[in-house]
Amino acid sequence: MKEAGVKAWLPSLLRLALVVLLIAFVTNPGWFEPLLKPLTESNAPAIYNQGSLLTLTLLHLRTVLIATVAATIVAVALAILVTRPAGVEFLPLSRSLVNIGQTFPPVAVLALAVPAVGFGEKPTLIALFLYGLLPIFENALTGLTTLPANVVEAARGAGMTGWQRLVKVELPLSAPIILGGIRLSVVISLATATIGSTVAARTLGEVIIAGLLSNNLAFVLQGGLIVAALAVLIYDGLSTIERYTARRMGQETA
Amino acid sequence: MIEIEGISKRYDATTVVDDVSMVIEPRTIAVIVGTSGSGKTTLLRMINRLVEPTAGVIRLDGADNRSLPGYELRRSIGYAIQGHGLFPHRTVAQNIATVPVLLGWDAARIKRRVDELMTLYQLDPQAFGPRYPHELSGGQQQRVGVARALAAEPNVLLMDEPFGALDPIIRNKAQEDLLAIQKRFGTTIILVTHDMEEAVHMGDKIAVMDAGKLVQYARPAEILAKPASAFVETLVGASEKPFRLLSLGRVRDAVETGAAEGEAIPADTSQRDALAELLWSGRPALPVTGADGKPLGRVTVDGLVKRAARPT
Amino acid sequence: MTTRFDKLGVVIAAIVAYAAFAAPFATLRANRIVPGEARSILEALPPTLGPLLLAVVVVAAVVALLKTPLILRLAASVVALAALALLIGVAGGFLTPEGNSFARISPASGFWLLIFAFTLLLADGLTRLNLSPSARIAVLVVTAAAIGMLLVSGSWNSLSILKEYANRADSFWAEGSKHVTLALGSLAAAVIAGLPLGILCHRVEKLRAGVLNVLNIIQTIPSIALFGLLIAPLGWVATHVPGAASLGVRGIGTAPAFVALFLYSLLPVVANTVVGLAGVPRAANDAARGMGMTERQRLFSVEFPLAFPVILTGIRIVLVQNIGLATIAALIGGGGFGVFVFQGVGQTAMDLVLLGAVPTVALAFAAAIILDAVIEMTSTRRREAQPA
Repeated sequence: MKEAGVKAWLPSLLRLALVVLLIAFVTNPGWFEPLLKPLTESNAPAIYNQGSLLTLTLLHLRTVLIATVAATIVAVALAILVTRPAGVEFLPLSRSLVNIGQTFPPVAVLALAVPAVGFGEKPTLIALFLYGLLPIFENALTGLTTLPANVVEAARGAGMTGWQRLVKVELPLSAPIILGGIRLSVVISLATATIGSTVAARTLGEVIIAGLLSNNLAFVLQGGLIVAALAVLIYDGLSTIERYTARRMGQETA
Repeated sequence: MIEIEGISKRYDATTVVDDVSMVIEPRTIAVIVGTSGSGKTTLLRMINRLVEPTAGVIRLDGADNRSLPGYELRRSIGYAIQGHGLFPHRTVAQNIATVPVLLGWDAARIKRRVDELMTLYQLDPQAFGPRYPHELSGGQQQRVGVARALAAEPNVLLMDEPFGALDPIIRNKAQEDLLAIQKRFGTTIILVTHDMEEAVHMGDKIAVMDAGKLVQYARPAEILAKPASAFVETLVGASEKPFRLLSLGRVRDAVETGAAEGEAIPADTSQRDALAELLWSGRPALPVTGADGKPLGRVTVDGLVKRAARPT
Repeated sequence: MTTRFDKLGVVIAAIVAYAAFAAPFATLRANRIVPGEARSILEALPPTLGPLLLAVVVVAAVVALLKTPLILRLAASVVALAALALLIGVAGGFLTPEGNSFARISPASGFWLLIFAFTLLLADGLTRLNLSPSARIAVLVVTAAAIGMLLVSGSWNSLSILKEYANRADSFWAEGSKHVTLALGSLAAAVIAGLPLGILCHRVEKLRAGVLNVLNIIQTIPSIALFGLLIAPLGWVATHVPGAASLGVRGIGTAPAFVALFLYSLLPVVANTVVGLAGVPRAANDAARGMGMTERQRLFSVEFPLAFPVILTGIRIVLVQNIGLATIAALIGGGGFGVFVFQGVGQTAMDLVLLGAVPTVALAFAAAIILDAVIEMTSTRRREAQPA
């Protein structure tokens, strides 16, 4: 029993340690300078000095958040639309469009957005939004089309209107699957936002790219570590929420 | 009273339900029996308009069931299905409260009703109310499914293979519970099943359907004694007939005067179970006792065998 | 249900109306960097061809708008797409001033929207046609051949993207082969390492959760971060392990890109191998064991063939993902089509971006269609062989 207790607590402890480390790093990077110093050559700075890591982290997260919220709203709305009787004509097409869309590399979407809206945060947001739509739409579609038939039948039989069925039964039931889509979307967005700094968006990619350009491994490493830690933590957090909602309904978790 | 008049349902070229007419008396249980694909479920679903008929009329207490929007009609009719269809994201109490909430009952009235139904179904409201469906056993889930269907005090309850997913022992208990509750509330029940045993046991009247048509609609004893067609005959099962017939009656109605040795049989046991008990014990007769434990007389193998013969 | 309009057709017709009449068809720029001037269809084409193109797109849009037979809709979309493809080249020649080699003509938003609208119509038609896998590959081959012929014939040569290509034809093919090598090579390595790992995870339950979790975490790390994180260890290997540097192991360049793509590829391969093997019917395994097959025989003649479609699905995910991710390798000197994308972004030369992005998308798209078709072929054959 004791061993099981330690095993159960270990992941939470690791998570907590990672969060503390991450916060310490972005707020007080100076503390970690001695660790990174050996990676620099000819007395280059060991800590990124063209902007605060904290600001870049927050900007990075803000970009991802805005894009994900917009993508979630649009993707779920579209998935609802094509699963209602009025929009069912679009269902097969929307499926193939998602398949096609997924073959577009995020970098290509990012680069192609530049001619349309110019440099800066905008093309990054557009790329994040467009690319983030796909996994959410796909999962929402899966969720809404694979509801247990007898539950939907029971909802109809109880006299729920179409809207009531959607809000009270169909959406809550597909929530875990939709959350899974959001999780995938966020992870892709975190990565794409990093590349966004090549089109002049202010994100953590700036640190990595500055390191690559000036051959400063310390920059590359600190940028990479922060982004990686953010991605792992957010992925993990969203998985936990997903598992919780699924378990409450007695669903198997993938 | 439910009047079904010339109801048909066609999908393109196939006729699923073909010109069915029947009347279900209030406060009775009508069981619709048939093989799969006989149209029995479609017929049931046309009563609460989950399926819209192609032709014909269904009247509930004289009113055409199309005089209300479908969803309002369905709120006034109980509906329980196989595999219960409980909402997995809502607690047991919230599940039972579904239709009352849709109807806009006030919170106190909903709580009262939910507690009443849960107590009736031997589920402690304190313990089970806040649980989620997947935390219950199959039998408990089924009971919650029926409680949900009865929550808004409907006069009519439609049931589609409600006991189909239960194992035999729990199924018997669920059937007895339903009979007791039907007596208590006086609900009119229409129950769809493929199990003739269940039909004979539960139904005041049995409707046999085959290939969309209503083949016979009669009391169980009549269905057993005078099957209207070869199909009904097969469905009834030739070798089972005498035992099914016996299962309709209670020992109380087969009591003969006199005494007998052995363990007494309660008067409300079915005659079929009594015969089984007699054969197993190897005695020609056993004593019968009433609900109060007083001896009423005896029941004999010979007497029961006579009752099992084709009625004339 | 009395409307005679097709719902999708309404959307397509609206896009076409805007794109053909209100949006620019082509852009003319004095050189490759300055902003351009918009030209509508009538301005961009010779006096006979302009109205002809308008007529073609309008008729095709009407076909889409009304409830028309499927075959007519497909024909309309193909004709409209072909006309657009041919005439954008004509517009290039028509708009380029005589003897001016600096001027750049590129397709503008109207052109792209028209292409989008009719591709939508085509995609809808093809979806409803429910083509067999081999027919889908045939459509892909025919389309590729048609585009190839247009490229070889030189009818697009006056368009800016091909001028960019002409300026760097050699490096285009060099980067292209690097891109494909990177994507396919890392996939091959991942299959060679991932299959045994997957089989091991299937057999040894204790390993499964741990291995899959670690691979999952790796997948979560953004590509550029992973590239960066690999620079340090690989640089260390290059300087400290004798012979490593001569093998091409280096902190910067192809090596970290290859390793990163390999690591990303492992999860789908391993996970799908595990899922595929777990999905092998118990009865089939029992029967195999009952007939006296050894572990190895069972693996190769029962489990593996049955799990194959699922494993193939993992490979499809990896291939499409790698073709996209290989673009980012350019940032750490790994080469590939990304070189043009990032050069183009750096020089604000969008034609150069397109030169990198379009072949990447085309490759990924073709890979997805081919592998989807192969997966469907292998799994349907299996289904026919043993009815469920």
